Amino acid sequence: MNSSWSRFNVTSIVLGFAFLYLPIVLLVVFSFNESKLVTVWGGFSTKWYGSLFQNKGLMDAAWVTARVALISATVATVLGTLAALTLTRYTRFRGRVLFSGMVFAPLVMPEVITGLSLLLLFVAVGLDRGFLTVTLAHITLTMCFVAVVVQSRLLTFDRSLEEAAMDLGAPPVKTFFQITFPVILPAIISGWMLAFTLSLDDLVIASFTSGPGATTLPMKIYSQVRLGVTPEINAACTILIAVVAIGVIAASVVNKQREVQRLRDEQAAQRG
Amino acid sequence: MSDTAIVASGSSPYESSSALVRAASAVKNRLVIIVPYLWLLVFFLVPFIIVFKISLSQSAISMPPYTPALDLSGGIGGFWTLIKQLSFDNYVWLTQDALYFNAYVSSLTIAAISTVLTLIVGYPIAYGMARAPATLRPTLLMLVILPFWTSFLIRVYAWIGILKPEGLLNQLLQGLGLINEPLIILNTHTAIFIGIVYSYLPFMILPLYSALEKMDYSLIEAAQDLGCRPIGAFWKVTFPLSIPGVVAGCLLVFIPVVGEFVIPDLLGGSQTLMIGRTLWNEFFNNRDWPVASAVAIILLMVLVVPIMFFQHVQARSQEQGR
Repeated sequence: MNSSWSRFNVTSIVLGFAFLYLPIVLLVVFSFNESKLVTVWGGFSTKWYGSLFQNKGLMDAAWVTARVALISATVATVLGTLAALTLTRYTRFRGRVLFSGMVFAPLVMPEVITGLSLLLLFVAVGLDRGFLTVTLAHITLTMCFVAVVVQSRLLTFDRSLEEAAMDLGAPPVKTFFQITFPVILPAIISGWMLAFTLSLDDLVIASFTSGPGATTLPMKIYSQVRLGVTPEINAACTILIAVVAIGVIAASVVNKQREVQRLRDEQAAQRG
Repeated sequence: MSDTAIVASGSSPYESSSALVRAASAVKNRLVIIVPYLWLLVFFLVPFIIVFKISLSQSAISMPPYTPALDLSGGIGGFWTLIKQLSFDNYVWLTQDALYFNAYVSSLTIAAISTVLTLIVGYPIAYGMARAPATLRPTLLMLVILPFWTSFLIRVYAWIGILKPEGLLNQLLQGLGLINEPLIILNTHTAIFIGIVYSYLPFMILPLYSALEKMDYSLIEAAQDLGCRPIGAFWKVTFPLSIPGVVAGCLLVFIPVVGEFVIPDLLGGSQTLMIGRTLWNEFFNNRDWPVASAVAIILLMVLVVPIMFFQHVQARSQEQGR
């Protein structure tokens, strides 16, 4: 008996998930509110979505954010995967303690510190604040998250597969791309998606490192939220939530299919 | 491993070429290490040194708004004058103004209380998930992670509409006739606690769940067979075995919350004192970069012990996963 699905357990899960999801559901529901008052229901309407798309400031910010997130997530995925390989494969090299420290510290480091320190670096080297600096800052933050995600997959990876390929004469790079890469690909994809959404969401680090002309969507939303809650912001948030939710669900479905396919292949191989 | 090694060393005709490959791969191996290493050195470690340097300089009305400190272009001869130029005024200033001390203390207190609250809320959920039918667990896990993917800012923003005096919670409670006057929750510490527990709950649940899921539940049955009551079995068996998850979860919540900015800013109102917000105000409103840097350095010093402990825990769990 490995699972006891008692009444207590069911209750705590139901309450827990209600707590996690209710605020988001309410936010989405009230984005379709006819009334300008966010908390009084005045009938169904999609007019706020219309006005959203006419809000040039918000649209510009969305475009900046999308570009920053795409570029930084892609670079961070490459760097993070390399960092994960380093952490799992090279257990002994000079400065390893420092390296793992630099990978894990940004995960918990308060954002105000990371933001301030990066900004002071950019000022010190005379780099103008703007699109490039936000992107560099996001790469630094998100590569550590990618490294952790990929690393956890690498830890469970059966290295004898790699050894077999090398014994059969495959050079290391080829071994990596033909054996290791396909196996850790799901982790790399979820690392990329995590990096993308982290970059999409970041307010604090972007506020420090961004300059004129590179206002990101969270910065825009934040400045409007400070003036009060509006249905238009609800609509913008709903679109962001939808984009992320569709992406995450699609990725998990693809992952599941790959997993099923792999199991089928393995069974076929055993039978054959 | 040893078998394959013997087979490999037996294939003598390929030995010279494999030596070449090994040399080439050594360079490539180094590259695997060097590229992320250099990146983190330049963009993570060096910035801290600059923050420290600027925290020792004086603020000035210029761009950038601080006087140069530790400018090494003067060579060895200029070194002594440089040392004399260093100013600890910013740190003295931090100790003289009670605002900063109170902000640090209040941040640590709020972080400690909300970490305990998050643990209390998160534990039953993680436990329920770990004991759920195995087929349901991946879905439940996904449902915990999904809110983590949606924007932090949006999730905090959602609570403003709920907690406002004329917000949804008060409407509900008044509609049910439970209260006559609206509850004032927004802009109080209660709102901050709700915001933190809500935003950081997945960080607590995930390590707890992975500790509880690995647990051998026949131990509890054994305890109960030997006459232990369910509550006793929980405290004597389940909880001690979940300690690694508890520690990891608490650190993942506590450390970032100490420097949290968005939650106290949006839910806490103007009178809430938290150090992340103080730093933000020094930087963006007062434009005093040296003082903001000094605030950051002290915050870092306060957090360095928990951060190193967190790394120790991470490294250990990694060793076990190997």
